Amino acid sequence: MPSFPRVFLGLFCLLVAVLLLAPTLVVIPMSFNGNKSLAFPPVGFSWQWYANFFSNPDWTTSFTNSLIIALIVAVVATVVGTLAAFGVTRAAARTGGLLRALLITPMVVPGVVLAIGIYAVYLDAHLVGTVVGFVLAHTMLAIPFVLIAVQASLEVFDRRLETAASSLGAGRLTVFRTVTLPLILPGILSGALFAFITSFDEIIVALFITSPYLKTLPVQIYTSITRDADPTVAAVGTLLFIATSLIIVAGLLFGMRRGRT
Amino acid sequence: MNAPQRSAGAAIEIRKASKRYGAFTALNDIDLHIRPGEFMTLLGPSGSGKTTTLNLIAGFTDISSGALEIGGKSVTGLPSHKRNIGVVFQHYALFPHMTVGKNVAYPLTLRGIKGEDRERRVKRALDMVKMTDFAHRYPNELSGGQQQRVALARALVFDPPLLLMDEPLGALDKKLREWLQLEIKRIHRELGTTFVYVTHDQEEALVLSDRIAVFNGGRIEQIGTGRELYDHPATLFVGRFIGESTVLRGPTETVDGNTVMTIGKDKVVAHGRLPGDARPVILLRPERTALKRPGADAVTGENRLSGTVEEAIYLGSGSKYEVRLTDGTTAVVRSPLGGADFRIGDPVDVTFTPADLTLLPDDASADVTLT
Repeated sequence: MPSFPRVFLGLFCLLVAVLLLAPTLVVIPMSFNGNKSLAFPPVGFSWQWYANFFSNPDWTTSFTNSLIIALIVAVVATVVGTLAAFGVTRAAARTGGLLRALLITPMVVPGVVLAIGIYAVYLDAHLVGTVVGFVLAHTMLAIPFVLIAVQASLEVFDRRLETAASSLGAGRLTVFRTVTLPLILPGILSGALFAFITSFDEIIVALFITSPYLKTLPVQIYTSITRDADPTVAAVGTLLFIATSLIIVAGLLFGMRRGRT
Repeated sequence: MNAPQRSAGAAIEIRKASKRYGAFTALNDIDLHIRPGEFMTLLGPSGSGKTTTLNLIAGFTDISSGALEIGGKSVTGLPSHKRNIGVVFQHYALFPHMTVGKNVAYPLTLRGIKGEDRERRVKRALDMVKMTDFAHRYPNELSGGQQQRVALARALVFDPPLLLMDEPLGALDKKLREWLQLEIKRIHRELGTTFVYVTHDQEEALVLSDRIAVFNGGRIEQIGTGRELYDHPATLFVGRFIGESTVLRGPTETVDGNTVMTIGKDKVVAHGRLPGDARPVILLRPERTALKRPGADAVTGENRLSGTVEEAIYLGSGSKYEVRLTDGTTAVVRSPLGGADFRIGDPVDVTFTPADLTLLPDDASADVTLT
């Protein structure tokens, strides 16, 4: 029989969880609305908004754009961020600290400020409304997340294992491939995931550098909801919610399996 | 025989080697020759340069000046992964993401050894350290002693002509340490590989080594067998570092070519005198001194120092006494089983012949470094 404080704490945690989840969960019934309205509670039931998402080229194109951009960003930011993490971790303590502070500025600078700066530069460079422009801007925003995730694994990585591998006959590249990389892989993977999500749901910079010919999903959601209250937004929200939940559950299961061995 | 193939051990030749880190000199002009197949221990307190020497041989750091040859070839500038030397670390350094079997197979895979040949050699190496049943376990499922045995198998599986060990038993408890010392000794005997072993534990050095190099402050004080170092220390530091000892200091004079030292109310005669004008000290070994009742059982030529028993410890194999001499020094005396029994407070004479003592030049660093 658990004691009273434990029961109380459990109930409190449940309350916080409900508060955190409620806005997300509201979206799910709305996506099955029978009418073209975002009213809550919804009236009637239909799959039409899901059908609209998969058939309307505005939605499918923006979704594909976001997916492509986020995948490229995940790859580029993970490579660059991982290399940066090595540099920061293995530089002298002071230099490393300074570099790190510099590298995570995109995370602390207000998004709008960054967006204005990027927009101004992109106008001159003709990068507005281009995939390259989106990839560059999102990579910059994603690198700090990779840096932090990989640096965390590097800090608990025992460098003496590299010395040992070297004494057993492994050159530097082989040491990295067979010892360092496998051991910091969880950090790199979670960095990649963060990078993907950072790009996939980025809206502020995207609003500035978007064009009628290149829209990402968040931009499409935003314009569709400001122009007409289209419940397709709720359908998209529900799909993204399910997709991210699956990724997180998969991640947890993977982590548990690794933790056992 | 279950062990990896008997291989000819490599000789190591270190000449006038120094290692500097900025203004700090970790190793100052050392000379060290290690014979093929020898078990050489580098002994000294922390910061004395023994681990730096090991790292130089392994190729983990570069020599600042001097020469280093392994197997007759200069290895200056050769990176560690091309030296073909086995290394065992104090912290085991097993790869946590690989099973025991994979860990031991690692150096073989790097050398292009595959399939059945690799399996056979891994099994042979694990047999040698009696860890065959653990091949499918991960390192974090093993005890410290088991991990170190696996590390030893991994360092020997590719038949290196030279094995370096950096305080490999430092993290283990006493019983396990003593057992593994004998295992290491057995493996050395079976393989014929040159072993270089770093420790700060003088007992461990005496148990294992063919020869011991005693390090102090970045220099080698003396190289010799355990017996040579114990019976004929070249410096006060070596005398104090190896085994138990009592150091006598007092005003000295030379009488008929012999050294006479005054200790409180008594005088000690030592044969001969030190060259130069170094201040002499006298080093006594506890088991080469005896306790007698004051004035009793006199033997011609023996030295007698009067004092009072301060501590009497029964050790089973004998007794150990601490005697406060008349100048305030505490002398340690061991008496074998069946000797006379003394109690705390008893007035006694500490006796020894001039042949039982060692006359050495005084060295202030010998005291400082030991604390």
